[in-house]
Amino acid sequence: MSTDNSHGAIRSAHVSHHFKNATQEYDSGKQGIWLFMVTEILMFGAILVGYAIFHHLYPEMFEEGAKSLDWRMGFINTLVLIFSSFTMAISISFVQRNETKKAAMALATTVLCGAIFMVIKYFEYSHKFHLGLYPGRFLDVAKVGAEHANLGMYFGFYYAMTGLHGIHVLVGMGLITWLLIRTIRGDFHAQYWLPVEGVGIFWHIVDLIWIFLFPLLYLVG
Amino acid sequence: MAATHAHGDNYINHEKGLWSWLTTVDHKRIGLMYMITVMFFFLVGGIMALLLRLELFAPNAAANVGGVLKNGDVYNQVLTYHGAIMVFMVIVPGIPAILGNFFLPLHIGAKDVAFPKINLASWYCFMAGAALAILTFFFKKIDTGWTFYTPYSIKTGTATVMMVLGAFIMGMSSVLTGLNFIVTVHKLRAPGMTMHRMPLFVWALYSTAILQLLATPVLGITLLLLAAEKLFGVGIFDPALGGDPVLFQHFFWFYSHPAVYIMIIPAMGVVSELITTFSRKVIFGYTAIAYSSLGIAAVSFFVWGHHMFVSGQSETAGILFSFITMLVGVPTAIKMFNWVATMYKGSISFDSPMLFALGFLFLFAIGGVTGIMLATLPIDVHFHDTYFVVAHFHYVMVGGTLMALMGGFYYWFPKMFGKMFNENVARLSFVFIFIGFNVTFFPQFILGAMGMPRRYFDYIPAYEQLNKISTVGSWLILTGFLLGLWAIVQGLRKGEKAPMNPWNSKTLEWQTPSPPPHDNFNVEPIVTAGPYEYR
Ligand code: HEM
Ligand SMILES: [Cu+2]
Repeated sequence: MSTDNSHGAIRSAHVSHHFKNATQEYDSGKQGIWLFMVTEILMFGAILVGYAIFHHLYPEMFEEGAKSLDWRMGFINTLVLIFSSFTMAISISFVQRNETKKAAMALATTVLCGAIFMVIKYFEYSHKFHLGLYPGRFLDVAKVGAEHANLGMYFGFYYAMTGLHGIHVLVGMGLITWLLIRTIRGDFHAQYWLPVEGVGIFWHIVDLIWIFLFPLLYLVG
Repeated sequence: MAATHAHGDNYINHEKGLWSWLTTVDHKRIGLMYMITVMFFFLVGGIMALLLRLELFAPNAAANVGGVLKNGDVYNQVLTYHGAIMVFMVIVPGIPAILGNFFLPLHIGAKDVAFPKINLASWYCFMAGAALAILTFFFKKIDTGWTFYTPYSIKTGTATVMMVLGAFIMGMSSVLTGLNFIVTVHKLRAPGMTMHRMPLFVWALYSTAILQLLATPVLGITLLLLAAEKLFGVGIFDPALGGDPVLFQHFFWFYSHPAVYIMIIPAMGVVSELITTFSRKVIFGYTAIAYSSLGIAAVSFFVWGHHMFVSGQSETAGILFSFITMLVGVPTAIKMFNWVATMYKGSISFDSPMLFALGFLFLFAIGGVTGIMLATLPIDVHFHDTYFVVAHFHYVMVGGTLMALMGGFYYWFPKMFGKMFNENVARLSFVFIFIGFNVTFFPQFILGAMGMPRRYFDYIPAYEQLNKISTVGSWLILTGFLLGLWAIVQGLRKGEKAPMNPWNSKTLEWQTPSPPPHDNFNVEPIVTAGPYEYR
């Protein structure tokens, strides 16, 4: 098996049989991950288009809705996610330097940040349920004292967008836990880190999407 | 061939047992698994089609076969399942998942697709989504038609959510296949296999994969929102909550119009292979055909509004969409003329795959021209939601895609199984399908022009004669497919051993034994010329 590649002495043992060398495998994997991210962005993109259309149609209603969100919670969550992106990124460089223990610590922190994010989300959601701020037709108009008849739609968007994002956070946490186990087992090292990088890209995109959602939902209005 | 492999070792007997198939990561085996499942769904969808046609044999008032489906409710359900099964489980996955999976790596001299495990996962996604969708039939049936238009879909029965999730999961399968193909084309080509030496089928699959990747996520979110609308009443599509049901149509067609090209571009790829092989001539205008696929893919994103001329969208939008839709004709015509130019002065042999390719040319031309007619705004206002539309899309989807799938299947059958099929039965099958198809669907153009609406289970006596003819046609098609099945089964059971290259083709897959070994090529091929060096 050929060993020529730009990453120095990559052990050929990791190369699946249908690839010529580790470089080809690495490049393919990375391209695959990026293409998958394109689909994620398009998926969220469509819902953002819907948001933009209705925001244009009912600006006051979106304003009223945004008022009932607590921007401080959203802001804390933004910070938590940005920090987790950072720990995710350094975990890769630790793996590349064979510092397995530190890499594991960084990954564990990332999962923890994801968990904090979800806990805060949980408090936000349950507070809203308490106030009767349900999506769409379930919105408790009397209890909420809504000024706009269709305020439920705003919360429809709110729950749809944050809910879909939340599912992605949960999936990301699952993937990072899987990375953590494999890192502790010693699967990743200076010659092989593609899965860590791949999940990392996914996690960054999930963060990035939040960075769009936060101002749109909490601040614009 | 070099004897690195024990003689007779191929992908079919490389490992044994059902389990080895269910866990295989060999793209060829996965292609066959798709083949079996898609054929099964085609059978189910086909039986439903026959029932629908039987119902329409006569107006219900007459005491005869009209009335098999008892009433309009059952008719609407069967119609919905027929459409959804044929679109999402047969025509969309058909060529890429069966022939693409099997031949794309062989075409470019790769050992497998870039992500074999994801390839297997996408088959399981497909099966899971299909199972979910079909199971709704046994709980609470769905009757929205395959387009799931709001607000009806959020008001009718509860099966919408399950059905839509099924379609979502099948969409994921489609995305994974597309992603796999793109990376495979970019990264796994054999030495010397430049992009411009790739067979046109690969170019077609590549363009399709881009479409799958860009369009399907939009359908995904649309379906999720529809499910959320139904379960949680989010209000985005529900007019009662200030939402916009037409937005659903915009989202839906933003996927589903490109999706019709997801269905047809691979077919065009197959036809390019067939025409050049059976004309024994270099394909005329290789680059034009290759890039026109990309062109069609690009334009397809800007024309979705032609499904919505009468939806209440603005007149300006209608005019614009009408105009842009016409542009699709340009790259399509480029292909047509190139195929005809390839055949001109070629030494054409009318083997059964070529018959299907010619059938494609004829039927797709009619489908395309009627498409242009429908794209003309004032004409569509008259024809919208009539049988004219039904005839149009059957000409392109069945006459186009399915014909190409059959042609491609016969063409590559010897490579896939190492056996020959019965050529005479295959030709007879073509004759029945081709004639039956026209008998079934041509009258529907006339019915549509006469004003018969689509999706109705009954009609006035004035439409009876043509409907009778149409139903009889469906029996001819049935006969054709049964003959085809027989040719295949007999071929598998007692076909003679196929040579390596029975049609004297020039593309790479014919340079390896039939059936191919587990690793595709015993010696890694080195490519030194284009794919069609005939003369
Ligand atoms: C190439 C393969 C094609 C396929 C598979 C296809 C498929 C379809 C399908 C399934 C529908 C009906 C959708 C529904 O259920 O309402 C449809 C309608 C339509 N098609 Fe095509 N089509 C193709 C090509 C074209 C082309 C080339 C044009 C125009 C240049 C075109 C123009 C239209 C129009 C305007 C309608 C809407 C008719 C109406 O509902 O009033 N199609 N097509
Ligand atoms: Cu269309």
